[in-house]
Amino acid sequence: MFDLKLLILQMVTGVALGSVFVLLSIGLSLIFGMLTVVNFAHGAYFMVGAYVGVYALGVTGNFWLSLVIVPLAVGALGLLTERFLVRPLYGRGIDYPLLLTFGLSYVMMDLVRMVFGSDGQPIGTPPGLGGAVDIGVGNFPVYRLFLIVATAIIVAALWLFIEKTRFGLIIRAGARDPEIVRVLGIDVSKAWLLVFGLGTAIAGLSGILAAPIRAVTPEMGIPVLIEAFVVTVVGGMGSLPGAIVAGLLVGIVYSLSSLYVPDFADTSIFVLMALVLLVRPQGLFGRAGLMS
Amino acid sequence: MSEANNTRRKLVLGAAAAAATSPFWFNIARAQSGTIKIGFPVPLTGPFAVEAQDQVRAAEIAIQEFNEAGGLNGRLAELVVRDDKLNPGEAATRALELIEKDHVNFIVGSLSSATQLSTNNITKARKILFNSISQSDTINEVKDASPYTFHEALNPHLTGGAVGRYAFPKFGKRIVYLTADYAYGHEMVRGFQTAGKLLGAETLADIRHPLGASDYSAFLPRIQSLKPDILALCNFGRDLVNSAKQATDFGLKATTKIIAPILLYTARQVGGPEAFEGILGGTSYYWRLEDTVPSARAFNDKFRKANGGAVPSDYGALGYAGVRTVLAAVKNAGTTDTEKVIAAMRALKYDFYKGPQYYRACDHQSVQSVLIVESKSKDMKDKNDVFNIVSVEAPNEKNLRTCAELGHQS
Amino acid sequence: MLRNSVLNGISRHRVAAVTGFLLVFPWLMPYEALAVNVLIFGLYAMGFNLLFGYTGMLSFGHAAFLGVGSYGTGIVMVHYGWPWYLAIPAGVILASLFGVVIGWMAIRTRGIYFSMVTLALAQCVYFIFYKAESLTGGENGLRGIKLETIDFLGLQIDLLNPTNKYYFLLIFVVMTLWFVSRVLSSPFGAVIETIRENEKRSAACGYDVARTKLVAFVLSAAICGLAGSLRALHLSVVPVDSLHYLTSGQAVMMALLGGMGTFFGPFVGAAAFLLIEDVVTNITKYWQFVAGAVFMTFVLFFPRGIWGSILHWLRQR
Repeated sequence: MFDLKLLILQMVTGVALGSVFVLLSIGLSLIFGMLTVVNFAHGAYFMVGAYVGVYALGVTGNFWLSLVIVPLAVGALGLLTERFLVRPLYGRGIDYPLLLTFGLSYVMMDLVRMVFGSDGQPIGTPPGLGGAVDIGVGNFPVYRLFLIVATAIIVAALWLFIEKTRFGLIIRAGARDPEIVRVLGIDVSKAWLLVFGLGTAIAGLSGILAAPIRAVTPEMGIPVLIEAFVVTVVGGMGSLPGAIVAGLLVGIVYSLSSLYVPDFADTSIFVLMALVLLVRPQGLFGRAGLMS
Repeated sequence: MSEANNTRRKLVLGAAAAAATSPFWFNIARAQSGTIKIGFPVPLTGPFAVEAQDQVRAAEIAIQEFNEAGGLNGRLAELVVRDDKLNPGEAATRALELIEKDHVNFIVGSLSSATQLSTNNITKARKILFNSISQSDTINEVKDASPYTFHEALNPHLTGGAVGRYAFPKFGKRIVYLTADYAYGHEMVRGFQTAGKLLGAETLADIRHPLGASDYSAFLPRIQSLKPDILALCNFGRDLVNSAKQATDFGLKATTKIIAPILLYTARQVGGPEAFEGILGGTSYYWRLEDTVPSARAFNDKFRKANGGAVPSDYGALGYAGVRTVLAAVKNAGTTDTEKVIAAMRALKYDFYKGPQYYRACDHQSVQSVLIVESKSKDMKDKNDVFNIVSVEAPNEKNLRTCAELGHQS
Repeated sequence: MLRNSVLNGISRHRVAAVTGFLLVFPWLMPYEALAVNVLIFGLYAMGFNLLFGYTGMLSFGHAAFLGVGSYGTGIVMVHYGWPWYLAIPAGVILASLFGVVIGWMAIRTRGIYFSMVTLALAQCVYFIFYKAESLTGGENGLRGIKLETIDFLGLQIDLLNPTNKYYFLLIFVVMTLWFVSRVLSSPFGAVIETIRENEKRSAACGYDVARTKLVAFVLSAAICGLAGSLRALHLSVVPVDSLHYLTSGQAVMMALLGGMGTFFGPFVGAAAFLLIEDVVTNITKYWQFVAGAVFMTFVLFFPRGIWGSILHWLRQR
């Protein structure tokens, strides 16, 4: 039963799904590309972003204002994390920051439980973005269209930042060869600090953006972390175009397999990840030899 | 605590040789006098922490009632609460701890299907009475059931069937199921379809989603295109909240009635009024039952008194019932001897909080009523008034899976 | 001088020393089921440690071997009625086979990619077992693994008695300890440590690095498989989350807490982790906070782990 309208609708759904993946993996990729740190707490920052956003929404009553507050707050948290927890571990081997962030995710989850309780936080669709529109092939929620647009704007802003500013140049250089950057006299540790903050800020922002369509609970970051890893690995760790392409790809793969082979939808993304790792371990856009 | 440990160490050392060959070591160690200990393993941490804590509060009320009435000839009861972290491996360890270290007389508890089965596996091998308050009837199947296993909670086959019997004639016969792809989700579908068969309901599709999925947008377009009369959300807890939210976002409520086999009070509080508006579901208990059932009022009042005016949730009520039935059986039997208490429980006919109940003989399932509730967002008297009870299905063994279906010889 | 010779003595007879400690261990624990859990997870962490602490490969998918060992033993006992002395080897062999397959695929990558591949492949194994409901029970887990009495030389041993169960399972643990000790003292043991220190130089010295890594991987899988096997007998159920990556994470935490690259470290780590969980749960519901914070403290300040730090301190003074 081939229904073209349904297929297109499902693909649009996949793009909306992929948008959240894109935002998550951009942050993860940035942090890995620049600091070679695998941030196992990335899902936790996503979750904290959602909670901060819901709280800010409760206090200010304004969703757009929350969208500004969240990346600032979560980014600040990321700055503190890098400065005091991750920085002491540089030079000890790639595994240590990974292990630290693994433990950090447990701590962050329970801290949120202590402050907000174990039950979830209700959040409705923000006013003005509710309801569904007919996009020609069927009804589609307005909020998810907003999500696609918001992601596109954020990605564009990030691209401008990385391609057109001096700091962006440092990031690109640092991802390519941190040694040389240091030799050139640039304070790499300050760059790392800011990149970590930027990566976590984006994670937090994706949390509040995803909040209206998911349940906001302390555990919401766990499945999200795995999804982010899959996307980052498929796209290539450290590659921004990779994060974008892979994010959309994974979103669409998941969406289409949910339609045609729903039993394997979950496994399909892991099979994709395993295949990429075995055939082209650096991912679609990554550089061979990076962290081999 | 350490003195008890030392005594126990000496006992074990002294009896080591005999213990190695004697299968009766356990019974000697279990106290026939002294406090009556009821082990209570529930998921105090994790996604159902709030529900589990409600269960503990309610169970404490049952203990208190028993003790205030004099206990068993002066022997008082004690609740030994443990956290099974919603994890079956942890549940097995907790059951072992309760039996080996705390020497409990009985165990009541478990929330998820996997943890109840795990706990039951340990208790039945050691001949300890276990009254499960987990809402799944896998434990009633012959593979898992035992003379020591009791099941106070109802199950999705019963509630799904009840909701189906109410909803299908009212809202239409073309049904789509959105099902969490695990045993419990399948139980829910089975409940609906068994009821639906007798009413001529048609299954348009049974769409499976992975357990714990947070994004249902992948499934909703297809559901939309099928244009069903009824969408049955066969999932639980967070999954129910997410799918209800997203189905609402997709505008499905305009054309389709949404029903769920189990509508949790806590899920409704988390999900919020808009997401759940108009959704119909079944439940074992809702506090407004006190308007029509006196035992509900009595229970609610005791709970309110002990908890600053708060009302018990459906889960909480199960915690109360599970412990109270065991203690009632102990009182009736006049002893804590397991075999006699089992006989007393089998003979028990009770009305502790929701109306008449009794345990079916073949699988010790508590035969009870099902409440059909509809979620509302307007005319809420206070923040607890989230449902309207639209119907109550009376207790009837025929609505459960038959003993034969579960594998029991009659 | 006496201290050094005592230390040397313990190190030379490490199997005997650890066995001696484990013989009295149940008296130190509040209840036997916890002691058995420490045995099982100690073994699990030891298998993991062989790969991470000694060979330097961080796998995030070792739960696959623990789980496969459990399911292997459980399935043949529950569905095919095999006796325990055939079921345990069945679990170990199955885990080793999975080790060969996953290892062969994963060894082709290095560093962080290796960790990611093991994670992905282990999640695939998780889904396979989750879906095979008729064999594994799916989400509800595999139940009904009965090992209640053993007939041994005419004597009937009651394994529902927790003390008996502990010493019965201890036999297997001691055998494995002896085996691992031999492996580590062998030339093979030396080669895996060189791979950890500097892979390129090891290859330059003429060692077949890929083959050695694979052998280490499979050995590690077999040990974790045995741990899983014993766990199935202990709990009489196999929970499906035995295969989940969070269980893999537990191996990592225990190995680090105890001391990577040390013989006794994994048991110390397992005991520490399980005790923290057990004790903290009775005091507060925020045990994850405590576990995470303790772990982070060790990563930052005591990377040698508890036992590693003790050894280091003893040797320095």
